[in-house]
Parts: sequence; C-alpha cells; structure tokens
Amino acid sequence: MGNETASIRKEMERLSDEYKRFVGRKISFIVASVLLIFITAGVSVTLGPYDISFIDAYSIIFQGMHDIIFRFHNIYAFIQFLDENYMVKEWVIWQQRLPPIVMGVIAGISLGIAGAEMQGILRNPLASPYTLGISSAAVFGAALAIIINLSIVRAADERFLIVVNAFFFAILSSSLIYGISKMKNATPETMILAGIAITYLFMALTQLLKYFAPAEEVKETVVWSFGALSANWSEILISFVIVLPCVPVLMLKVWDLNVMSAGDEVAKSLGVDVERTRQLCFFLSSFLTAGTVCFTGPISFIGLVSPHICRMVIGADNRFLVPASGLFGAALLIAADTVAKIVISPVIIPVGIITAFMGVPLFLYLILRRSREYW
Amino acid sequence: MVKLRIKDVEFSYGSNPVLEGVSFDVNDGEILGIIGPNGAGKSTLLRCMNRILKVRKGVIMIDGRNISDFSRIELARIMGYVPQSTHQIFPNTVFDTILMGRRPHLGWKCGEIDIKKVLETIEMLNIVDLAMRDITELSGGQQQKVFIARALAQEPEVLILDEPTSNLDIKHQLEVMNIISKIVKERGITAVMAVHDLNLASRYVDRIIMMHAGKIFAVGNPSDVLTEENIRKVYGVEAIVGEHDGRPFILPIRPADTGTHDS
Ligand SMILES: Nc1ncnc2c1ncn2[C@@H]1O[C@H](COP(=O)(O)OP(=O)(O)OP(=O)(O)O)[C@@H](O)[C@H]1O
Ligand SMILES: [Mg+2]
Repeated sequence: MGNETASIRKEMERLSDEYKRFVGRKISFIVASVLLIFITAGVSVTLGPYDISFIDAYSIIFQGMHDIIFRFHNIYAFIQFLDENYMVKEWVIWQQRLPPIVMGVIAGISLGIAGAEMQGILRNPLASPYTLGISSAAVFGAALAIIINLSIVRAADERFLIVVNAFFFAILSSSLIYGISKMKNATPETMILAGIAITYLFMALTQLLKYFAPAEEVKETVVWSFGALSANWSEILISFVIVLPCVPVLMLKVWDLNVMSAGDEVAKSLGVDVERTRQLCFFLSSFLTAGTVCFTGPISFIGLVSPHICRMVIGADNRFLVPASGLFGAALLIAADTVAKIVISPVIIPVGIITAFMGVPLFLYLILRRSREYW
Repeated sequence: MVKLRIKDVEFSYGSNPVLEGVSFDVNDGEILGIIGPNGAGKSTLLRCMNRILKVRKGVIMIDGRNISDFSRIELARIMGYVPQSTHQIFPNTVFDTILMGRRPHLGWKCGEIDIKKVLETIEMLNIVDLAMRDITELSGGQQQKVFIARALAQEPEVLILDEPTSNLDIKHQLEVMNIISKIVKERGITAVMAVHDLNLASRYVDRIIMMHAGKIFAVGNPSDVLTEENIRKVYGVEAIVGEHDGRPFILPIRPADTGTHDS
C-alpha cells in the first residue's frame, strides 16, 4: 500500500514536470519567433543597392532610436537632420528600408493575432481575419478612391483617400456582421455565412466599378489588392496606435477563448459570457485588421496560416497561441518581404504573392508531418 | 435542507413547449437522478438549472437565491456541468482540458494551486496515462471521464451531469459512479444527473425524478419510482422489477402494446 502511494506520487511528479516542460516549449517558441523577427528584419535592412552590413544596420537602428527619443523627440526632425548632414547610410535605413519592415511587423502581428482569435471565436479552422468580408470591403473602398475618386473625406492625395476608404469599408463590413451577431441566437455559423454573403456583395461592387473603369485604374486596384508593405512613418504611427490598445484586451480574453473551444454550453457553465466575448473579440480583431489592411492592402494568407503553423507546433492553448501566432506571423511576413526583394531583384514582387509561395509549403509540410507525430 | 428549488418552470424552444410546470427540490448533499425516455426534456431541464437556457416561466433558486441574480462567473463557482456530448474542434491536451475547469477561479494567470488541483483530479479519476494525450484522439468513454474531471476541478457545490456514463463500459460506469458518490459524500456537495440506465440510477442515486413529455411523472426513492407500472406508462416497456440489497433492479421484457409511448 505504502509502495503504491509512493509510485503514484512519483508518477504525478513526472506528469507535473512533463507539463512544465510542455509549457516551457511554448515559451521557447515565442522567444524564438521574436529572435526570428530580429534576424529577418536585420537581413532585410541590408538588402538594396547601398551596401550596409547586418551589424552596421542594427547599430544605426539602435543609435537612431536613442537619438529620436532623447535628442529630437520626433522622427521627421531626425530624418531631416540625417538628410542635411549627408548621413547617407543612416538616411537610407531610416527613410527607405525601415518603414516597410516596421509596417510588416505591425501587420504580421495584427494578422496573426486576429487569425488566431477568429479561428477561436468562430470555432472554425478555415476562419481568418478576412473570412468575414474585411478584405473585399477594403478592396472596394480602395477601388472607389482609385476609380471614381469617391471618398468619405475630401483630399487631393489619392493615397490618403485609399487608406481612409479601405479602413472605413473594412469597419463597415465588420459592423454589419457585428450587428447581425447581436441579433439573437447568432452562432458562429450565422456569422460565417453572413461574412460570405458580405464578401460576395463587395466583390460584386468592385467588379462593377472595374467593369466601367479605364485599364490603368483597374490595374492600380488589382495591384493594391495584392498587398504591399510600403508605408511612411506617420502611417506606421497611426497603425500602431490602432493596434496597440486592441492587443492587451484580446490577451485578457485568452482564457475565455480556450474555454469556448469546448463549445458554448461548456463555456457558459464555466462562467464565460459567450455571446459578448465572441462579439468583443470579433470586433477588436476586425479593428486590428482594418488598421493595418488599409495601409498594406490585403495580405490574406498570414492570418490563416500563422495560427495553424503555431498550433501545430505548440498546441491550441490560446494563452500561448495568440501571441505566438502574432509574432510568428510578423516573422513570416518580413521573411516573405525579404524574399520578394531578392527573387528577381531589382523588381520587387508584391509581398502578398510571396507569402503564399512561402507559407503553403511550410503549411503542407506541417500537415503531412502531423499525422505521424504528436506534440 | 434544500439546496436547489425548481418552481413551476416552463421552457420552450421557439413555440415548441418542452418543459411544463416542473417543480421539485434538491436536498443538500444528495444525488438526484433524472430519468425518462428520449426527448422527455432531461437535458433541457439541466441546461435551465445551469442557466445555459433561460426559463420562460418559473424560478430556479440555489440556496434561496434566484439563479438569474447571479453573474455567470458566480454561478460557475457554484455549479459544474458535464454535457451529454461536446465537440472539440482544435486538438488540446487532456491536462489543458481539465485546467479549463479552473477558469471560474482564475485571474489571468494560472497558479501552482490550479495545476495542483488538476493533478489531484487526474489522480482521482485514474487517468494519468491520458494526461498529455490529445482529447480528440481519445475514445468516447475516455473523453467522458475527462469532462467529468473538468467539472470536478471546478470544485462546485452542485454538480450537474447529463448522462455522464452513457459511453462507458460497465466497469467504468461503476468506477465513475463510485467516484461521483464518493466526492458528493466527502465534499458534501450535491449532484443532479440525468441517467438512462435505470439499474445504475437505482443503485447510486438517493432520489429519482421520472420525467415524461416535459412533465414530472413521479418523484421519490428508487423503489417508489421504479415500478413496473411507471416503467410501462413512461417508457412503454414491460419489465420485471426485482429487488437486491433494498434497491430495485429492472429487467426489461418487451415493448408494451398499450401505445402510451410516444417516440
Ligand atoms: N436546440 C433545440 N431546438 C429545438 N428543440 C430542441 C432542442 N434541443 C432539444 N429539443 C427538443 O426538446 C425536447 C427535449 O429534448 P432534451 O434534449 O431535453 O431531451 P432528453 O430527455 O435529454 O433526451 P435524451 O434522452 O435523448 O438525451 C425534444 O423533443 C427535442 O426534440
Ligand atoms: Mg439528453
């Protein structure tokens, strides 16, 4: 009897250790993703006609961050200073190479997080930030600005019109779904079906615009819909301000998301206000997505694939999955952007296309490998 | 002492009435069994008791307080629920599934104490070997044990179980029922469970509620409720009821031809 309790105790200790290692592995993956972001970003900064080494690049970046914060208090004053003092290396990095990378990090994090959230709240592995019509609505907004210069604001700058329109229509489509889900008994299925309907609606509207538009503007619309990371610092700042408040709120809800994976009934019995949590997470994820998509155009694949890749590596516990998916998404997006620059340099292929080329093989590899091995 | 009071409860899905005038009390520390044919409304009643569904009329009180006055999280600290079936989409380890049961007690961070509670539950249900496996690759019976473990890790005062043993083989049925009655006695909690197996109900529960078409047909001790006549009327089955150890046992013979049975 005493022997038996001792052996049970031992077994429980073994299990406890195993679980700790299991959690440790997830944290390592998150740390590794952060490192991956730094490495890919570092490599990406060195690429281009002007030769700058990896080490140089990072020392310029850190020095610049220091100067911006303590000397200039303003990034534009800093860049102007670089310009006036002929600090070419510094200027190339801060003015030309860094903005798309930073935009990529923000976009990757938002799309990765929004993807994990959407798959969680809709309990559907095919969900992504775009499942519920956001991208087609954003494209329609952009098309309106490009083709008939129609916008909800008045401005001469077309880029500005596109951004405002894309954001507005992305939020509009999400609000429609949100309204539908507020009506009683909105299940995940209702939301997905409504999303599909709205996607088709905006696609049809865009096609209508394109049908009557001159070829050049059609091309511009199409190119916008490929997605690209071009951005300036003010755009980055705006996007950052939109993304920043959403992330901690979503992180607070990870437990509820975990519990909801067991079904609405169980989640309710465990104290989760399922409908409200679903609506809140949906709205924040949409907001997050709209905040970056309006600048980059739809880079759809990251939001679908990053949560899956992370889930296959570290499991479905959203406490770790949500941040991992964001960080890995950022790394994947920057890696894709780097490849996009070098494949047929000096032509830069739209990053949205490369993301799919890189994500698909990785994704397939993990799917095939998963059936043989359990993690 | 009365733990739960269900009074004049009515419920309908859309315009289809499922529960009508259901009233009964559940005493503190007892195991109450709910039996009745398919579609009688057992699961619906349990879901109303847990406020997964909102009653149309009537009240459900716990310790004298209407459950609609509780916040969800307050209710979750008091009541645990094991559903008849669940469907997990994304793979998740058994350990993490049981850890979900700690959600009503957690802040954002899950501490050593929660891990310890999960380990205790795993030990109690004797599922150490399953702990790091994926819930989606377990057999139906193994999954059911895990869901019971999740509700136990929740440490509720009232445990609501919807056919907790329907997927288990006879040995595991007895094992799980033993665990449930042991916990009910040890922790002084109350359990309400829907059961299909009349013999199992007879053997383990203190009182039985027999439901038929959304109404309560009979209430009482197993030997009062499980009579040949009641079984014929409610299930439409001719059965022989014997007795062993002071508890009735049921031997079904054939469907009755009286035609009162409606599904
Ligand atoms: N979600 C639902 N929508 C509409 N009707 C429902 C729903 N769930 C159950 N019902 C109906 O309510 C009635 C009672 O169902 P309930 O699930 O409570 O029965 P039950 O006694 O648990 O049966 P079983 O023994 O088969 O589990 C049935 O007639 C069923 O068809
Ligand atoms: Mg049922």
